[in-house]
Amino acid sequence: MKKLLISTAAVAMMAGMAMAQDVVRLGTEGAYPPWNFINDAGQVDGFERELGDELCKRAGLNCTWVTTDWDSIIPNLVSGNYDAIIAGMSITDERDQVIDFTQNYTPPDPSAYLGMSADVDVTGGVVAAQTGTIQAGYVAESGATLLEFATPEETIAAVRNGEADAVLADKSYLAPIAQEDPDLMFVGEDVPLGGGVGIGVRESDAGLRAKFDAAIQSMKDDGSLNALIEKWDVSSTFE
Amino acid sequence: MACYLTTAKHANLYVAVGTVLLLLALTAPAALAFGFGGAMAARSRIAPVAWAGKGYIAVVRGVPDIAFFLFFVIALDQIFEVIRHKIKCPDWPDEIWQGNDFVVCQAAKLPLGNSPQWVHDAYGFFIAVLTFAIVFGAFAANVLYGAMRAVPRAQIETAEAYGMSRRQCFWRILVPQMWVYALPGLSNLWMVLTKATPLLFLLGVEDIVYWARELGGTALPRFTDYPHGDWRMWYFLALLVFYLGLTKVSEVVLERVMQRLSHGQATTGGEAQRRAT
Repeated sequence: MKKLLISTAAVAMMAGMAMAQDVVRLGTEGAYPPWNFINDAGQVDGFERELGDELCKRAGLNCTWVTTDWDSIIPNLVSGNYDAIIAGMSITDERDQVIDFTQNYTPPDPSAYLGMSADVDVTGGVVAAQTGTIQAGYVAESGATLLEFATPEETIAAVRNGEADAVLADKSYLAPIAQEDPDLMFVGEDVPLGGGVGIGVRESDAGLRAKFDAAIQSMKDDGSLNALIEKWDVSSTFE
Repeated sequence: MACYLTTAKHANLYVAVGTVLLLLALTAPAALAFGFGGAMAARSRIAPVAWAGKGYIAVVRGVPDIAFFLFFVIALDQIFEVIRHKIKCPDWPDEIWQGNDFVVCQAAKLPLGNSPQWVHDAYGFFIAVLTFAIVFGAFAANVLYGAMRAVPRAQIETAEAYGMSRRQCFWRILVPQMWVYALPGLSNLWMVLTKATPLLFLLGVEDIVYWARELGGTALPRFTDYPHGDWRMWYFLALLVFYLGLTKVSEVVLERVMQRLSHGQATTGGEAQRRAT
């Protein structure tokens, strides 16, 4: 009982400290289940919501969530409208030149092609992908005709209505969709892309980056990150 | 079904309708003010003022809306913050621009990082109104500039003959008469403006098109109590009805305004009214 009291007091104190600090604003897209989406209550929900809240708690930060368009997610970060991007953003060299990433919170994971029939030619046909993603870059170089859309939802719709032969996206995003719809199936080989998903921060914001890095490390060490990954089924787990 | 339509997520859509209507209500007069200022500047006898007015009209009309929204809004926000930074943190040691990054001291942030979410929303909304006002103001300025020149010269000459000063001619004769020439152009702008709100999401303001897309998107059973397929068509159909309704109301109102403005004017519309009575 005494232990409980002390820990309650400690939590209360920590919460008080967190309140006193400045708010850290987390930017996300809110349209990419199970990573991040808007739930029935109109709140940001999903793997990254839980992860972000837990990381902020461990780092003693007071965080709020902001949704923004994928197209302008990096410009809004560097101009200071929010302080971190947690939006299923893969760590790539291209992005790393503009912003900084924390260590990855999911391991590098395959992307997959989803199509209406098994004999789709993914290197010569028309392949849909979301604008500004690593998948879009990959399709452009693969020889297939790239069809870009602003939201993930539209890329799937393009396959359904025959506009595109297949869509290339994170396998974890496509898997629940393929499960629901008997017409859609994975085609071709999986494609390993990117260096895992990390939190994007401004290059000048080394302090915040270090805090998140430490928090991610602590979640990796005690296994809670793997548990969260399995709960939301977003990727493979860390070794 | 009734439960589905009253989830908190749907409430966002209903709020967005209000947001859009409020935005239009504020932007229209603001854009008109910018337009009037621009047109007056472009007509000015003082050369630099005239250049500024004409430059404003030419540059803003020439830049694509989406580029303007992405670039200009962020630039505008940064200008505000730099000014506040200079005032509030004069002895800040670091550079403001560090490579790609734009860093000002915490006290100069606009809105402050620790202010509640509604302040951020209100600020985003304010920036949106200002940007729309500047963009549509340039088009309105061109319309008004043309309308001012369309007022028959004889009207001004008569006023001058009565001994009115240049200022009096402008305010008492030219301005009241120009609206009838400006209205068709302005009503076009209004109709375009009502449909331009999806650009707002670039600024983080969530309008009805955003929520229609978000709500209509496939909802998988894992992530919601109300799973459904791709319902965007139905949501967009609802939007279509909304916009058609808005168009109809606008047309009725604009027609009334046109009737009023034509009264006693030396135009065919005014002449028709005179004969009818």
